[in-house]
Amino acid sequence: MSRLTRFSLSVAVVVLCATAAADEFGDPAAGERVYRQCKSCHLVGAGATHRIGPHLNGIFGRQAASYDDFRYSKALMRAGAGGLEWHAETLDTFLENPRAMASGTRMSFKGLKDAKDRLDVIAYIRTFSDNPADIPEADPTATATDHDLDPAILALEGDPDYGEYLSGDCTTCHQTGGGDDGIPSIVLWPEEDFVIAMHAYKNKDRLNPVMQMMAGRLNAEEIAALAAYFATLEN
Amino acid sequence: MSLNRRKFIGASAAAAVLSAPMVKAAGAGKPRVVVVGGGAGGATAARYIAKDSKGEVNVTLIEPTRKYYTCFFSNLYLGGFKEIEDIGHTYGGLAAGGVNVVHDWAIGVDRDAKTVALAGGGAVPYDKLILSPGIDFVEGSVAGWDLSAQNAMPHAYKAGSQSELLKAQLMAMPEGGTFAMVAPPNPYRCPPGPYERVSMVAHFLKQNNPTAKIIVADPKEKFSKMALFQEGWNSHYAGMIDWIGDDFGGGNVSVDPDAMTVTIDGEVTNVDVCNVIPAMKAGRIAELAGVTDGNWAPVHAADMSTKADPDIHVLGDASQQGDMPKSGYSANSQAKVCANAVRGALTGSKVFPAKFANTCWSLIAANDGVKVGATYEATEEKIAKVDGFISETGETSDVRKATYEESEGWYTGITTDMLG
Repeated sequence: MSRLTRFSLSVAVVVLCATAAADEFGDPAAGERVYRQCKSCHLVGAGATHRIGPHLNGIFGRQAASYDDFRYSKALMRAGAGGLEWHAETLDTFLENPRAMASGTRMSFKGLKDAKDRLDVIAYIRTFSDNPADIPEADPTATATDHDLDPAILALEGDPDYGEYLSGDCTTCHQTGGGDDGIPSIVLWPEEDFVIAMHAYKNKDRLNPVMQMMAGRLNAEEIAALAAYFATLEN
Repeated sequence: MSLNRRKFIGASAAAAVLSAPMVKAAGAGKPRVVVVGGGAGGATAARYIAKDSKGEVNVTLIEPTRKYYTCFFSNLYLGGFKEIEDIGHTYGGLAAGGVNVVHDWAIGVDRDAKTVALAGGGAVPYDKLILSPGIDFVEGSVAGWDLSAQNAMPHAYKAGSQSELLKAQLMAMPEGGTFAMVAPPNPYRCPPGPYERVSMVAHFLKQNNPTAKIIVADPKEKFSKMALFQEGWNSHYAGMIDWIGDDFGGGNVSVDPDAMTVTIDGEVTNVDVCNVIPAMKAGRIAELAGVTDGNWAPVHAADMSTKADPDIHVLGDASQQGDMPKSGYSANSQAKVCANAVRGALTGSKVFPAKFANTCWSLIAANDGVKVGATYEATEEKIAKVDGFISETGETSDVRKATYEESEGWYTGITTDMLG
């Protein structure tokens, strides 16, 4: 498809989706145009290196301020040490107003106020997160907030021992070491994200048929047990 | 150290009083588990028992080969998508994980003395024995073929040298030559396997020998993922594959490995390569242990223990368990249920209810992957299917590509899960 066709299609999408919800995908082609505002500081793509800001290849799932060869602001290093990771959700918040998220950040950018622009630019950057870019379950669909789960389900305390046994069903495909060649990593997720994702498969809101099947037979306690186990797994 | 250990034993003895039946022999050292066969079932069971018991159980794996070639993905090697070394694995990870790996043949089981005899001499004692020997072939199931003909007409249904032989023969086929397959009757290892193989051979020939033909003589009228394979054969390999099902005499077949002919329903065909996949039965050690009934070893669904002997479990292809297909994924799933039950019986650890699952991915052409899967539960009489899915015909190329990529992830996942 030519750039021009994609562009006109994406215009149509904008019109149709004026009230874009958080669970929608951005348009990488439109995002490439938005990215012009970023590229004087951040390189992305083959051969990208750190410039004023760090390069953005493979950013999804990476801890904030985690390149040894880039000098970050203390604010961002504190955020990274505190557990901030770059996912669609966190990037969205950061891009809306970088200083609101990390008040001392050296990123002197006022932010992208338009939600659609943020979705698009995140989708564009995501095309440079080579693996697992093609996996529908990976970032940025693994958002934490787009759910209507009963708070009682989220409040369930899982039994990690039971989770360890049940995890045998997961580890046939998902590596406990966290590798993700073709199938996403599920270790060290926040328990809540894990529970939300599994219930989304169980309710068939997420599409992978293997996962719908595997989650489909787990009850809420079993899902909580798995979340508790994988959240703490060290390997 | 010794003080800690004594305390530890004391604690586990207390647990024994509180929990379900324990077979740990009084006065003995650590309970002993012997696993025969280092494939998807045996390797997984050995690794999980050693890992989860944290040294409390002595685990020995008896496996004759030093390098294990996975049957799953061996068709991708035939198709040129993998090198042989991509599907070869050693047992170092299991040894490092605390499993005593013995490279020898198990040649007999003394169920009274509870020992396994080794070809190299000596016997290994066990409290619980797990047999996961895979398959052997039923003698005389394909007229004209026996194991002495496996060089002229390879089965390539135990991966490794046989896979390499079949690949070499495929590469040496004359231009416009004929590749024949004799497909097996049910039940057999990897239900979509022969048809994925046909696809991969066709892929190879399309690239290298496009006027070559493939004939499949099949004793069945239908097979796993049939609609998906036939759709793919039509779209990728039109006119190349002639599948002859039982309706058209595909079950009435004989071969002559000296003359390199295949006779299907009375019609003799000269062939250049002939892949004979005979009827299958449980690996011989299951029969030697006296736990088979007919060709397979009947087991209880809850813990994979045999109906013949509660201290002998049979996993994977060799077992007769109910609804699960004979696959590496199934064996891996059964192994975890079995490992949990065996560890519980030996150490008093908690035993959770059995849950099983299987998914089989198949590759039809480059980036054209399909899958079928199901979940299962243990009932009184068998492992019973709960729920399942299958890829649909007419899926987009994006979906098929994603399915193939998923299968690559699964391969890394399961081999890591089995072997550490």
